[in-house]
Amino acid sequence: MTTTRDVPESTRPLEPGFSSHGHLEKLLRAGHFAVTAELSPPDSVEAEEVYRRARVFDGYVDAINATDGSGANCHMSSVAVCSLLTRVGYSTVMQVSCRDRNRIAIQGDVLGGAAMGVANILCLTGDGVQSGDHPQAKPVFDLESTTLLAMLRAMRDESRFQSGRKITAAPQVMLGAAANPFAPPLDFRPLRLAKKIEAGAQFIQTQYCYDMDRLRKYMDKVRDLGLHEKAFILIGVGPLASARAAQWIRTNVPGVHIPDVIIDRLAGAQDAKREGKRICIEMIQQIREVEGVAGVHVMAYRQEEAVAEIIQESGVLAGRAPWKPGDPR
Amino acid sequence: MYKVRRWASRHSRFFEWMYKQFERALVLLHPVFNRIGYGRMEKPTAAVEKVVKGFLFDTQMCGLCTLSATGMVCPMNCPKSMRNGPCGGVRENGNCEVKPEMACVWRDAYAGSRLMRHGDRILEIQAPVDHRLKGTSAWLREVRRKVGMESEGGAAK
Repeated sequence: MTTTRDVPESTRPLEPGFSSHGHLEKLLRAGHFAVTAELSPPDSVEAEEVYRRARVFDGYVDAINATDGSGANCHMSSVAVCSLLTRVGYSTVMQVSCRDRNRIAIQGDVLGGAAMGVANILCLTGDGVQSGDHPQAKPVFDLESTTLLAMLRAMRDESRFQSGRKITAAPQVMLGAAANPFAPPLDFRPLRLAKKIEAGAQFIQTQYCYDMDRLRKYMDKVRDLGLHEKAFILIGVGPLASARAAQWIRTNVPGVHIPDVIIDRLAGAQDAKREGKRICIEMIQQIREVEGVAGVHVMAYRQEEAVAEIIQESGVLAGRAPWKPGDPR
Repeated sequence: MYKVRRWASRHSRFFEWMYKQFERALVLLHPVFNRIGYGRMEKPTAAVEKVVKGFLFDTQMCGLCTLSATGMVCPMNCPKSMRNGPCGGVRENGNCEVKPEMACVWRDAYAGSRLMRHGDRILEIQAPVDHRLKGTSAWLREVRRKVGMESEGGAAK
């Protein structure tokens, strides 16, 4: 008897058309508007700290992403965070970055994560080491997101390592990829998404969206290519704390596009933090109306406790209550 | 050289054509290479290839050349070795996240591909690098592949 909810049962056959026994996949395939949120792993060995950070999402989030050294900063590993979370029943998205590990290490972690109940894996290239707290580290980049997707798909569907060696029980996982509809070269971005989907991506979590025009143009092309029918697209959102924070993110965090109108709104507000949440809620509501979007991915770095309120006020759950520990599994 | 490689990407259609002719010539020379022995040809060819492609495209000699599928731009100049498209960190001005003074390799690659006859090859999924092939001649490998001595990805048949 296993204690996880996203059960890794290689003996139980999957439902037709499914890749995992995970709840996120079930939800998405049933056509629900899904909500995922990012948990930033602690700089600590305390399991309780991980649970504390997960608990703030209780009842509002369908799956929790555990980042893998995000921003090239050192934290608890994503495989360990996911293992802790699945123990108490949370659905997880294990992020795997190519920056720190080669294909041998990554494949080992994927087996380990799946054994611990990870049902979703997000395949990332990773930020460059220059952006983090260890700029002197060796950037590995043995693989990149697309080749990582293809490798994991073969592990799952063909039960083999990249070497060709047999895996006796393959990981049953839904594979995901990131997308950035807001960074140049803008024309190439939808085609880039098509490549990732062709390589194996089944769900997509995008970079922060603060520009509905760019998102709508991107999604127009995505629909023309029929990509929204081949993968579940979750749009990234997050509250900005102040105009200054937004300015800082815009100049220092690669790939985050924040238009002037957003910064002006924050600068002109009496309570900037409140306005930041308001903007985030409005974004979610507008995103929900875009055809082909399957959900939102909330990245509320250092404002995680605001996620519940944002989701509640946005109304996107439409009365649905995501599972939390204590609910029947 | 940075300037030369950017110039080459702006003239990708010409280099695509030239490369095709060059490859044809190399394939015709296969009997000669075979007589001399590919093993003996390897070192001098790789040396010439490094100089020529290095000058024109700044190539990094990964051994599995993708130039004609990546807008005549060597993707190995990307600090993250992206072989299938740009990462999400491209700056608003189109420059690299890791090297802010450098244009994103994939921005140039995509622009180059739009000028080429077979530019849509940029949509092909490139296999991960086989690190054993680094520094070896992709030209000879391509000839061996064309004549059926080697399979895709560099394994000898």
